[in-house]
Amino acid sequence: MKILYFAWLRERVGRGQEDIELPAGVTNLGELIVHLTALSPGHASAFAQGKLVRAAVNQVFADPSTPVAASDEVAFFPPVTGG
Amino acid sequence: MQTDIIDLTAEMARLTAGRIDIGGIGSFVGVVRDTASGRRIASMTLEHYPGMTENALAEIADGAMQRWELQGCTLVHRVGELQPGEMIVLVLTASPHRNAALEACAYLIDWLKTRAPFWKKERFEDGSEAWVDARESDDLAAARWGALG
Repeated sequence: MKILYFAWLRERVGRGQEDIELPAGVTNLGELIVHLTALSPGHASAFAQGKLVRAAVNQVFADPSTPVAASDEVAFFPPVTGG
Repeated sequence: MQTDIIDLTAEMARLTAGRIDIGGIGSFVGVVRDTASGRRIASMTLEHYPGMTENALAEIADGAMQRWELQGCTLVHRVGELQPGEMIVLVLTASPHRNAALEACAYLIDWLKTRAPFWKKERFEDGSEAWVDARESDDLAAARWGALG
């Protein structure tokens, strides 16, 4: 599964992109966040402020109940601040 | 999205090329301020999500085109490093009538600020850097339009 990080989540994880094996039992975005949080101290730091983390699955805004599969592109980022 | 300076005249010409049925063009130009929370800004860097950004802007533009009688609209957003005083975003809306042009312009910038995946990082004159926090007032501004589309 392709995972992307933007803005301060990218800085805390230490990279903008990574490919992970999707563990059995991870079926939605909320479960994916729990899995990623345990990968490293950087990941834990990135996801520590859960209220400030937004996500997209295949470039569409998603929430913790959104289903995820190994072929998906999942991105994590703070609330947007363009314009 | 572009890293180049926004050329307002060129964008106006592109929107109106070959048409004499346009009654008015609404516009919003966002500019990088030189201060934030009382601190002087040296520069601002814009990051975005390539692919999703294009999709989000197309969705927002479609919403405006369906809701108002528009003959065309333009959304241009800078990415990369910007200096205070430079244009960061341009919204243009062409319509036979001014109300549609002005209301659609406000709709476009309100949704762009809350739905398009851009992130601003400010660098201050002392060399420190900080990501800009999202503002609740921007969510409220977009919410007044109801659902997107």
